[in-house]
Amino acid sequence: MKRKRIVGNAVKNGLLALYAIFALFPLFWMVLISFKSDAQMFNTTFIFDPTLENYDAVLLRTDYFKYFLDSIIVSVVAVLISVLAGVPAAYALARYNFKKKESLAFTILSFRFAPEILVVLPLFMIYQKIGLYDTYFGLIWVYQLITMPLLIWVIRGYFEDISVEIEHAAQVDGYSWWQVFLKRLLPLIKPGLVSASLLAFIFAWNNFTFPLMLSGTHVETITVASLKYIASDTVHYGQMAVAATVSALPAVIFALLIQKHLVRGLSFGAVKG
Amino acid sequence: MAFNIKGKQPKGAAQNDLNTVPWLTKARPYLIMAPSLLITIGILIPFGMAIFYSLTNYSFRLPKHSFVGLRNWINMFTDRAFWHAVWVTVRFAFFATILEMLLGLGIALLLGNTENKFTKVLRVVLTFPLMVAPVIGTIIWQLMTNNSVGILEKFLNLFGIYNFPWAASHATAMFTAVLIDLWVYCPFVIILILAGIQSLPKSPFESAKIDGGSAWFTFKNLTLPMIKPCIYIALLFRLMASLQEFSIIFALTKGGPGDTLMNLSVTAYNTGFAFQKFGASLPYILVLWFIVNLVAKQIVKRWMHSQKVASGRDAAAEEGGKS
Repeated sequence: MKRKRIVGNAVKNGLLALYAIFALFPLFWMVLISFKSDAQMFNTTFIFDPTLENYDAVLLRTDYFKYFLDSIIVSVVAVLISVLAGVPAAYALARYNFKKKESLAFTILSFRFAPEILVVLPLFMIYQKIGLYDTYFGLIWVYQLITMPLLIWVIRGYFEDISVEIEHAAQVDGYSWWQVFLKRLLPLIKPGLVSASLLAFIFAWNNFTFPLMLSGTHVETITVASLKYIASDTVHYGQMAVAATVSALPAVIFALLIQKHLVRGLSFGAVKG
Repeated sequence: MAFNIKGKQPKGAAQNDLNTVPWLTKARPYLIMAPSLLITIGILIPFGMAIFYSLTNYSFRLPKHSFVGLRNWINMFTDRAFWHAVWVTVRFAFFATILEMLLGLGIALLLGNTENKFTKVLRVVLTFPLMVAPVIGTIIWQLMTNNSVGILEKFLNLFGIYNFPWAASHATAMFTAVLIDLWVYCPFVIILILAGIQSLPKSPFESAKIDGGSAWFTFKNLTLPMIKPCIYIALLFRLMASLQEFSIIFALTKGGPGDTLMNLSVTAYNTGFAFQKFGASLPYILVLWFIVNLVAKQIVKRWMHSQKVASGRDAAAEEGGKS
């Protein structure tokens, strides 16, 4: 019996290790190659003289920093607007009963699941006409389709978890509605709000379709710009790896911070982890 | 009906609120929601426009456009490229989703059954691929599958396989794209199902153990029905996204080689942007939207049913545990 269990555990851990290699090795390989010089790229595998020349070439000698900054501007502002408009909406959906409540909520959710290209093609035309093509504002606006549904649905769940009693108690203490919201409710949902915002940021940061089609050379996000480093005539694999590594960094770091709330965020509140 | 796994809304609480909160007026919830709706619905105008412009010959090249009736639609349905695109879309979505669900379920069960330091670390680091942008993930895989510097080529050489073509050949491009999709999105399935497994009540499993039920019996009759809602949610999200997949395929081969990976999204993009036939590109994407909606409705229906079953079992199990 005992032996059987030991074998069973070994098999389990072995299978998990195999998957872990599949999931993590590509990332390891990306980081590894980013330190490899062009000269050593073809004749070495794991053992080589690490160099920073790729980082130097990409970060200092191309517009990479500008792409990075563009991505930050667009994603951060998009999330901020979604928080400002979405948190009150989430509260309304959680606390009030009103006509068409669920269909409103589902309409907002359906934005997230509409094919992005269906929105983008006509929007491209409108943006060209009203001068929003290739602007920060244009991208920030369309990014609301990514960030707003996520925030509203996740935050709604956090509000629903809070007992109404707390609001009643605060009300008895003489707080106004606005004060209750700011001083009692916001502190309670803060962990959830922060992680939902970070996840919304990651989604916005990672988006590719919107900036590819609604933006040109003026505002260029990192996801779109990274493809430039695949130019086949000048094969600098190390530089490709640097572009990928640096752009993946913010998302991975934020992901570490929000582990506890990740399930809830990813499932739009449908699964409460 | 809320998108809520508990299935039970705190309705009583909200109604209670309606009667007792003095600052409530009927207009208030609408006012509170207005900004978020204005911001998102403004974007939704294109949605209606898409249908209208699919009936025109709008192009970025022509100064004017005219109404062409159903010509774009008829052209599309009689075009073999369209049926090919539908076939590619369905095939990619089928393989990607099925593999992600099976592998995800398997890994989630393994992770859920063992508590040690190794699995604790794994739960965190396994989410990394999901956090990397799919486009960046594709670039990483291009670095891996490249025949001159890619590690996978060297690995396959050990088995006597040389110059495996990956995305470059008609025969293996679909496999490569699905592999990348699996790499990026399998963690999504894992953590959703894992959350379901971890929220399972303990008592029915203990009684099953005492009764001497086999592992398979426990899984089939206890675990599976109870985590089914989570499985459906994961399936819903993955199937909808993989039917619409654009980023990975575009970054990998732009739909090539030839038309091997031309799914509906990529075909619509090519028609609209590369060939600048804007009006003609819209029917493709409207068909895609229709397919996605149809599939989503079916899964949501099943999900709601599974939720009822699961909560029923939950309650029965708890009662059984008490007696």
